[in-house]
Amino acid sequence: MGSEIRNAFADDPALVSYVAAGDPDAESTKEYVRALVRGGTDVVELGLPFSEPIAEGPTIQQAIRRALDAGMTPDRYFDLVAELREEVDVPLVCMTYYNLIYQYDAGDGREGPEPFVAAAAEAGISGIIVPDLPVDESDPLKDACKKHGLDLVFIVAPTTTDERLDRMLDRASGFVYVQGRLGTTGARSDVSDDTHGSLDRLAETDLPKAVGFGISERGHAREIVAGGADGIIVGSAFVDIVAEQDDAADRLEAKARELKQGALAGAPDLPEPEGK
Amino acid sequence: MSSESKFGEYGGQYVPEALMPAIEELTDAYQRYVLDNEDGFMDEFRERLRDFGGRPTPLQRADRLSERYDRDVYLKREDLLHGGAHKLNNALGQVLLAKYMGKERIVAETGAGQHGTATAMACAYLDMDCEIYMGRTDINRQRPNVFRMRIHDAEVNPVDIGSGTLKEAINETMRDWATNVEDTHYVIGSIVGPHPFPRMVRDFQSVISEEAREQIREQAGRLPDSVVACAGGGSNTMGTFHEFVGDEDVDLVAVEAGGSSLTIEEDEGLAPHSASLSTGDEGVLHGARTKLLQSTDGQILESHSVSAGLDYSGVGPELAHLADEGRVRPVNVGDDAALEAFHRLSKMEGIIPALESSHALAYLEENPDELGDLVVLNVSGRGDKDLDTVIEESDKRNLDAAPTMEVFEHGE
Ligand SMILES: Cc1ncc(COP(=O)(O)O)c(C=O)c1O
Repeated sequence: MGSEIRNAFADDPALVSYVAAGDPDAESTKEYVRALVRGGTDVVELGLPFSEPIAEGPTIQQAIRRALDAGMTPDRYFDLVAELREEVDVPLVCMTYYNLIYQYDAGDGREGPEPFVAAAAEAGISGIIVPDLPVDESDPLKDACKKHGLDLVFIVAPTTTDERLDRMLDRASGFVYVQGRLGTTGARSDVSDDTHGSLDRLAETDLPKAVGFGISERGHAREIVAGGADGIIVGSAFVDIVAEQDDAADRLEAKARELKQGALAGAPDLPEPEGK
Repeated sequence: MSSESKFGEYGGQYVPEALMPAIEELTDAYQRYVLDNEDGFMDEFRERLRDFGGRPTPLQRADRLSERYDRDVYLKREDLLHGGAHKLNNALGQVLLAKYMGKERIVAETGAGQHGTATAMACAYLDMDCEIYMGRTDINRQRPNVFRMRIHDAEVNPVDIGSGTLKEAINETMRDWATNVEDTHYVIGSIVGPHPFPRMVRDFQSVISEEAREQIREQAGRLPDSVVACAGGGSNTMGTFHEFVGDEDVDLVAVEAGGSSLTIEEDEGLAPHSASLSTGDEGVLHGARTKLLQSTDGQILESHSVSAGLDYSGVGPELAHLADEGRVRPVNVGDDAALEAFHRLSKMEGIIPALESSHALAYLEENPDELGDLVVLNVSGRGDKDLDTVIEESDKRNLDAAPTMEVFEHGE
């Protein structure tokens, strides 16, 4: 069964783009997501801001801070998702931390993963990524995702052991998030050797593999796809543009196009596109 | 002892995947070296705690307090441990364990600076590289400890984001650990964080209750009616309680920081207290499911206490569990009462207590009758690090108990 997210990887290497919902406000987020999709984004990772984002580097931490200061909440997030789904037809993935899921209050006496996933499904979310929820603690969320037809995406780190990898692949759906390097999110200027190692370990896996953490330029995108990835995940490079504000929508579109073309250029069986 | 990852529903391992292999490695090392004493690890730890740390610390009858409250009050003197607080028990244990594990570098967070100082000290003693993360607010209110860490050759990295206190310092240390996990050990400073930290830190701190239980039986001829300790994350609390948990007639009292009020200012994202054990809701923070100060949406609130070491939005999962079970009694006292207790002990007994410990002493002042005839109270640390804060905060409040410094401030 192909999920909506999986289908987004079907034709050519996918660009997965992250922005924090509500940074700097909900209306801008809608405009930015439209721009990213115009630029060739295949999947949007929409961050639901949590006050303690321990997996993020400074760029995304600050974006989350701005979004929280502007009043973003889980319920407003779901409203934003529902509105976006009327305008764009790429799958939206919710990226957040476990306490917000654990603490979610549906307002009718139900709390926790099941009502959270129900609300996410209702709003039009196709998948969930929770960086502080390792596979060992994921059963309640996995069950809820199964029930409501959402994908649960797991992050494979350079340090992940083979045994843990098997456990993750058992439960993963949608795509596999390959953490390109140790540490936190944030744009870097090179591709780590860890990325190639992880992709080699996942070569036999039939789920699409997308690499994130540190990608910011066309060249990285090309190298990663040429190394065997089915897609790239880019966050901080976009959030940097949002933070600067000037012409953000146009620049996001252009940056997305650059990265998508880089990914296409790395695909072995697609012809190198003309020009730059 | 058990190596289970949960205390009832609390605890667990909620951390980024990049850290999981390190946590599994640590869990294995905890089992082998701490629980099974492989290679004589625990023997070496105890020996070093004695020779370097100055253990055992005394259990002292506080004569004037006993008279004031008309009952026997005994003080466990963790303020006399090397470094001036109970924190060395854990820091020495973990730095030594990291050495046994072949790690090269230590990172740690600190609130009051006591844990950072203890870690820096243990690293200097055991020859390890050391980097400490500390919130900017805490740096400003605990300067002597910042210098002490630097003197022991540790790097101190200021954390500017958020309120600049312990919670942010923990986030930043986790990020460092996730980046350098292969050669680095994170010496977490309390019974918080992912398994095995809450159990392991408790085991290292349990030396407090092992000694205290034996000492009180020797000195008073029986077990106490109550054992009292202040709770931030809860390491001195659990260290002081652990050996008494099975003694069902002993009342275990965890004193939290009531700050300036027990309210919550949800719009500001702020709780002007740190009473997560008595007022918090269950949630997931810093790797564990536990009781937290949080908004209805699950955002973590900034906490507040006049004492930096209690200023944390969470609490150890074991304490949360024991409180639910009714085995530990969570209570709290406010900033003002803690300051008064600080001056009272200094005047009456010649002991300057840490502001953290002053909370436990303030509870004794406010509710002596609830503690029975024989009380053991842990003085978790000494207050030298707090003098700037105490002078400033006492002046603000016109505290009668405080000495005036004004006469000395008009010289050249
Ligand atoms: C002297 C002292 N007591 C108590 C605490 C509170 O921590 P815990 O509750 O983990 O013992 C601290 C923390 O820094 C401290 O320095």
